[in-house]
Amino acid sequence: MGDYPSRSVNSTAGDLSVTPRHAQGAGYGGSPSNFDEPPRGGGGALPKKARFSIEAGFRGLSTASGAMVLVIIVAIAVFLISKAVPALQANTGNFLTQFEWAPNDTQPSFGIAALAFGTVLSSIIALVVAVPIALSIALFLSHYAPKRLATPLGFVIDLLAAVPSVVFGLWGRDVFQEPVRDFSIWLNKYFSWIPLFGGDGPFGQSIMLGGLVLAIMVLPIVTSLSREVFQQTPGMNEEAALALGATRWEMVRTAVLPYGKPGVIAAVMLGLGRALGETIALALTLSVAFDISFNLIENGGNSVAANIANSFAEANDTGRGALIASGLVLFAITLVVNMTARAIIYRRREFRDAAA
Amino acid sequence: MSLLDREVPGVVMTPDNIRSRTLPVAVNLAIAAGAFAVAAAVVFGLAIGNWVLVVVLGAAFYLVGLNVVAGRIEGRRAARDRAMKSLIYAACVLAILPLASVVWTLVSKGIGRLDADFFNTSMNNIGARDPEGGAYHAIIGTLEQVGIATLMSVPLGVLGAIYLVEYGRGKFATTVRFFVDVMTGIPSIVAGLFILSFWVLIVSPWFNNGQPRFSGFAAALALAVLMLPTIVRSTEEMLRLVPGPLREGAYALGVPQWKTILSVVLPTALPGIVTGIMLAVARAAGETAPVLLVAGGAAAINFDPFGGNQQSLSLFVYQQAGDASRYAPDRAWTAALTLVALVLILTVAAKLLARRNKLSR
Repeated sequence: MGDYPSRSVNSTAGDLSVTPRHAQGAGYGGSPSNFDEPPRGGGGALPKKARFSIEAGFRGLSTASGAMVLVIIVAIAVFLISKAVPALQANTGNFLTQFEWAPNDTQPSFGIAALAFGTVLSSIIALVVAVPIALSIALFLSHYAPKRLATPLGFVIDLLAAVPSVVFGLWGRDVFQEPVRDFSIWLNKYFSWIPLFGGDGPFGQSIMLGGLVLAIMVLPIVTSLSREVFQQTPGMNEEAALALGATRWEMVRTAVLPYGKPGVIAAVMLGLGRALGETIALALTLSVAFDISFNLIENGGNSVAANIANSFAEANDTGRGALIASGLVLFAITLVVNMTARAIIYRRREFRDAAA
Repeated sequence: MSLLDREVPGVVMTPDNIRSRTLPVAVNLAIAAGAFAVAAAVVFGLAIGNWVLVVVLGAAFYLVGLNVVAGRIEGRRAARDRAMKSLIYAACVLAILPLASVVWTLVSKGIGRLDADFFNTSMNNIGARDPEGGAYHAIIGTLEQVGIATLMSVPLGVLGAIYLVEYGRGKFATTVRFFVDVMTGIPSIVAGLFILSFWVLIVSPWFNNGQPRFSGFAAALALAVLMLPTIVRSTEEMLRLVPGPLREGAYALGVPQWKTILSVVLPTALPGIVTGIMLAVARAAGETAPVLLVAGGAAAINFDPFGGNQQSLSLFVYQQAGDASRYAPDRAWTAALTLVALVLILTVAAKLLARRNKLSR
């Protein structure tokens, strides 16, 4: 009662949770929400259902509120499309392949290729760095750390998920840039034969800095989601593995990881969704460039969201439409990523409920 | 001589051989010392880096050495267990370093401008050479925008959750629930663009002689879009925890369902619902991108959420960070410290409230 340190509503910021309770009804008492059937067994004495009642009104109100979510999602798509289409028609370049963002000129010409590339590249860097570390921390919190340490540490990780992105961006630009620049110079000195680390500077405000800052931001989300998944591993499976003589790592590998795999995939995809949509941290850490380059350490890089924040102030009508069009692309990508992640979680829930 | 009587050497059970042998701590430490010594020798001998590389290489050497030595003494499986455990601990340390650095920088840099002036003045008439200036207007803006957003999203969110838990059955409810989950992942900048194209560019010209107008209210709308799914999800979780017999008791007494929900279910789940709302508020207060797109930012104090540009604390941080004045970074860090303090106070209060919640899972 009362103390439950490791569940979702008090972890992260109340959302993003993996909960097993979806498919069930309210508590275990069925609610008499179906008044349409006539009462059985000759209940003639019961009052008849009024045609217009507070009950119907309240029910309609709450249904409308629930439907509001669908309305908003559709409205987002509709309004973004309505504002993006005029700009796309005015575009003289190819929206999908052009490496340029000049929608404010008299001959507007803009394309999303370089931006989308930067978005994907920075997110990939973030995930490659963050996921192994996040999974390690999740395992540490769920299976390695003593409870006295795990509870406060989990609390701190949850708090970090609430720190605003602008703070991470500011930190990345003012503090983290120095060590990343030194590291980039070192990499360039010894590994410039790898194209990723080539170039001749300047270094620092690179896609690597952006990706690492993103990694730090994604870390708490992936950690708290996968910790929850790991904690849900049935104790029986763990004990069975240990009883067969498995070491702790073998227990984790044979019982915990296979059980949590779909949940971990979903957590990673949710982290990916977060990384793709991150705006301000990247706007502060990347130095604007409109090209496709696999060089990680030279100044440059851009992303769809960061470009919206950076070029919104000087955008005219077409420029604004162009930014909205790029936002539409971002919306579509994140929608697909999130829906995939949620579908995985939902499928797993059914699978487990059926098995249990 | 039967088979039973024969003594097989090495199968005698003594305390020495029925336990598996473990790696002595001294050996462990010796490996660590050796690994770092070798790393230092390699790095400084070849002059390929500084102490950071020593630490990284030393850790790698230590892992390899530990694996080899422990493999000899304890066996391959135990050695692998040890290596994995070390890796997991190392990952934790690695993750805590940057996070500690964020906190330390926030406090050490933010303390500089943390004075009464900062909380009592705006940026109006503050030039690039003026060290003064403050975030009063930004704090006003944040409070108003988040307040209005809360007023809009809480009723919608709670009612939506009531629909999902109490009334929703069948395909439609499943769809709504799925899209609530999907909507939590919508990037904040997309919400900003939505309100930009819907409210600022289409609706606001009706009230402003055909000119689109930025406003704090538009920012509140965008924040409400972001808060709504969070509130629905957390409220839904809480409503599901209300025991069924409470509802059945009310029904048995002839109380209609809407009254049961309002006077039995909601009060029971209230602490949890408030926790969820506070977490949503904390997240909304930190959002920068939507405010940048639809409220525009301002240097002067603007109390009117419907009348023109308004500032917010997070946007203030972003704009000061991009400002060329040499005093701007100090203001940015102090504003960031204020923002983080606000968000963390809300979050911690929400979690403490959650602990007092009587509904446990």
